[in-house]
Amino acid sequence: MSLAHRIIPCLDTDGERVVKGVQFVNLRDAGDPAALAARYNIEGADELVVLDIAASRDHRPTFLETIRRVAAELAIPLTAGGGVATVDEGRAILRAGADKLTVNTAAIRNPELLTALAAEFGSQAVVLAIDAKRVDDHWEAFVRGGSVPTGLDAVAWAHQGVECGAGEILVTSMDRDGMRSGFDCALTAAISRVVNVPVIASGGADTPETFLEVFREGRADAALAASIFHDRIQGLGELKRYLGEHSISVRQTG
Amino acid sequence: MSARIAILDYGMGNLGSIANMLKRIGAEAIISSSVAEIERADKLILPGVGSFDNGMKNLRALGLVSALNQKVLDKQTPVLGICLGMQLMTKQSEEGNEAGLGWIDAYTVKFQLNGQTTMRIPHMGWNQLRRVRPSSLLEGVPEDAYFYFAHTYAALDAGEAGVALCDHSAPFVAVLEQQNIFATQFHPEKSGPAGAQVLANFVRRAGGKQ
Repeated sequence: MSLAHRIIPCLDTDGERVVKGVQFVNLRDAGDPAALAARYNIEGADELVVLDIAASRDHRPTFLETIRRVAAELAIPLTAGGGVATVDEGRAILRAGADKLTVNTAAIRNPELLTALAAEFGSQAVVLAIDAKRVDDHWEAFVRGGSVPTGLDAVAWAHQGVECGAGEILVTSMDRDGMRSGFDCALTAAISRVVNVPVIASGGADTPETFLEVFREGRADAALAASIFHDRIQGLGELKRYLGEHSISVRQTG
Repeated sequence: MSARIAILDYGMGNLGSIANMLKRIGAEAIISSSVAEIERADKLILPGVGSFDNGMKNLRALGLVSALNQKVLDKQTPVLGICLGMQLMTKQSEEGNEAGLGWIDAYTVKFQLNGQTTMRIPHMGWNQLRRVRPSSLLEGVPEDAYFYFAHTYAALDAGEAGVALCDHSAPFVAVLEQQNIFATQFHPEKSGPAGAQVLANFVRRAGGKQ
């Protein structure tokens, strides 16, 4: 008996529709978020993440409506985020039906935001999202959808973020995002070693073997993917059966 | 006539998901913070996400503590606590200074890492249960079912009231049952079909006056 490793489909949205791209660019429409949420809920997803990658202020009411529509389809936890910069914006996302919220750019500008969110909603509701890219011998954190370097070491930032109140880390490898070349296990393991909160690995998902690697070598607690699930390249049930057969604890769902 | 279920709204967490899940299993519930609605209810759900002291302060500020005590202790109305709702039923928590409702002779404490380097806090994700006493909430639920947890504090021991345990660095109480008082440390409303079964058991079978 032990905590299961989670498999988490991710819906990147423009606020209203699911979109997808490679390495954060060339976005195209990939469907209705509520319809995909209903499908993943039945197919055995352990959690769902919905991000507003446009995160423009004008679109916020549309995104909140998307969260409400998605939440209504789910009997599993929902994490949502994109552009959250204040406690009030966080509250709006949780009130719309999310269980946890992600913060990224605003937390780097103001790490105390993590402390304020944790004090208000509890650490278990605060997920620090980090977009990391390999630069020389380390990984650097990027913001604004991966377009702006921060000069911050991603691993050190993860550690600081947890000290400030984050209850979970969602680390996306920008080098692997959309490439289907496997997760960045070295990055994930480096972060996993310096924090004692759960770590979700993202970017590079492909075959069941890539998930096995990120759970074993990457020491990830959860793995997130988008297009391989949206495009039905990988079935959730089949993936979990494979992991179970390789002694990774997962929640089998029939 | 179906039972009148009231989900207590005391400003702690996402109540819509519980109402949604109840609707799916064919039960209707009202979400309310009114003493009058609580007095009329046949069954109560005490949910909650957030800190222990805020939870108790909000219950008190809304004048709900004495109404709850009367309903649950005197009238024996079935009540289901979820996550923080379960912790509030204990006497006290390491998380705060407020006294809990104290319906269950147990204390809520913080998980300790005890130098276990792979252990994560919060205890977040899907875990299985160890059943130690007969449980009406878990009737018909497969032994190996997973439930969704997201918490940093838990009751390690609740005597006879602890009917199922879970393990995370140490064993802790995952399901409480004591006459008309029921509680789960996990979120049944987020736990897929197994969670739906737990809620259905509370709605249709859990003891107390029907």
